Amino acid sequence: MEANNDGSMSQVRHVVLVLSGKGGVGKSTITTELALALRHAGKKIGILDVDLCGPSIPRMLSIGRPDVHQCDSGWVPVYTDAAKTLALMSIGFLLEDPDEAVVWRGPKKTAMIGQFVSDVAWGELDVLLVDTPPGTSDEHLAVLENLKKHSRVDGAILVTTPQAVSTGDVRREITFCKKTGIRILGIVENMSGFVCPHCSECSNIFSKGGGEELAKLTGSIFLGAVPLDPLLSTSIEEGKDFIQSFPDSATFSAISSISQTLLESLQTA
Amino acid sequence: HALAPHLRIIHCPGTTSEQAGKSSSCAGCPNQKICASGATKAPDPAIAEIGEKLSTVKHKILVLSGKGGVGKSTFSAHLAHTLASDSTKEVALLDVDICGPSIPRIMGLEGEQVHQSGSGWSPVYVDDNLAVMSIGFLLSSPDDAVIWRGPKKNGMIKQFLRDVDWGDLDYLIVDTPPGTSDEHLSIVQYLSSTHVDGAVIITTPQEVSLQDVRKEIRFCQKVKLPIIGVVENMSGFVCPSCKNTSQIFPPTSGGAERMCADLDLPLLGKVPLDPRIARSCDEGKSFINEVPDSPAAKVYQSIVQSE
Repeated sequence: MEANNDGSMSQVRHVVLVLSGKGGVGKSTITTELALALRHAGKKIGILDVDLCGPSIPRMLSIGRPDVHQCDSGWVPVYTDAAKTLALMSIGFLLEDPDEAVVWRGPKKTAMIGQFVSDVAWGELDVLLVDTPPGTSDEHLAVLENLKKHSRVDGAILVTTPQAVSTGDVRREITFCKKTGIRILGIVENMSGFVCPHCSECSNIFSKGGGEELAKLTGSIFLGAVPLDPLLSTSIEEGKDFIQSFPDSATFSAISSISQTLLESLQTA
Repeated sequence: HALAPHLRIIHCPGTTSEQAGKSSSCAGCPNQKICASGATKAPDPAIAEIGEKLSTVKHKILVLSGKGGVGKSTFSAHLAHTLASDSTKEVALLDVDICGPSIPRIMGLEGEQVHQSGSGWSPVYVDDNLAVMSIGFLLSSPDDAVIWRGPKKNGMIKQFLRDVDWGDLDYLIVDTPPGTSDEHLSIVQYLSSTHVDGAVIITTPQEVSLQDVRKEIRFCQKVKLPIIGVVENMSGFVCPSCKNTSQIFPPTSGGAERMCADLDLPLLGKVPLDPRIARSCDEGKSFINEVPDSPAAKVYQSIVQSE
């Protein structure tokens, strides 16, 4: 089936990769929350999930096992709402059994990503966020090569947690960006402290300050810090819209400010 | 007629399988001729060499997850420290996370380099009886990125197993990256002519983690790797000030306990969140040594005892 490759990304205004290098820092969570915040600000958003081994986004948006089909311009993404303000395409949707382990070596992952990334009929989007697995390997090279063929990649957001074990890997991801010519839009520090709901004492469970230090060290913008929040974790688990449920929380305000800064830097580029 | 490209990719039998080049999914694949010729099926001689080399290693334990950031490296490092606290045991920790090697930092060995000798590569020693190998020791700067595709990563793992002069070991612990991909397939394949005790699976309580961990468990079953048990990390946080517990990573689907009950696997322990763990890892110290009386340290010790 011939897909209209040049058409599928032509109405996507901005493409932003969400990278880390380190696993478990909250790339998928931050991708989901930024998407919801940007939508809240009136933008049309798409999420492309290329984590083959551990695709987390469908659950975070309460999307179970949709049937995906192709139209003349490629794969039709799954919309979270009737107004089509938030579209999702996860590589997991193409697998016959989404619970089955995807035990694939690099070349197969690369081939699959190639088939998939450039063939999604996004239609008109303000921002396409691309969620990635941790590392600097096949998936990252494949998604970048394919995106570049069809669209400009505005840049990447790097997610870290405060501790050195995390920033150590994210430094390498920054090198990956520099080597592959991806503009670094900024660093987000996730799990930045925990405020005890019982007594309001702040505990730095995953250390402190690493995100800002990393930004300084590498000359990148520090987009902001998102605290550890059990309400956010629960929301993500249950696929609820955190932005709608907890608009007065400190967490929401952190995410909102990051999304605003991101929008501004995309629009002024 | 040929399948749609994405279906052909999904149903690829694999270049080393009996069906390579011959299955119905192969029609239209650019590699069909090569696979059908049998050239891709020859077994790697390194497998036998590694079998020979590691035949004196008494116990091999893989630490897996599927999910990133759950504490595999933290666990592997502390397991190694605890086993090596018995000075009569020779312990080695092999880090096969090629893109994100955390072990050098966690073991306090940042900046160390590997040396080559006549008998192969020398691992880096933390103590007389505790050796470590990681790609981190081969990088000259903390900013160096290892941007390698699968085949090159596999080659590195082969070298780690075949060319490192480990000596006679009581324990070889292998720390892995998240996922079910090249590194995992390679480590299992290259160790296939040796005895592997099994895998310890690490998770955190929430479903977002368990979702990936169940896939890792299926991977173990597929490759016939025994599962020693599951460790649930980040299992609740006790506020140091008011002593109330918060479930920061809520076990909305029953946590590891429910998953282990469903899959009939041993739950080795539940380790609580403790800011001192992150600090120890960042500083390259053993958490079990630094704060031996903490609830988390006690759980770690009991897990290791039980293995």
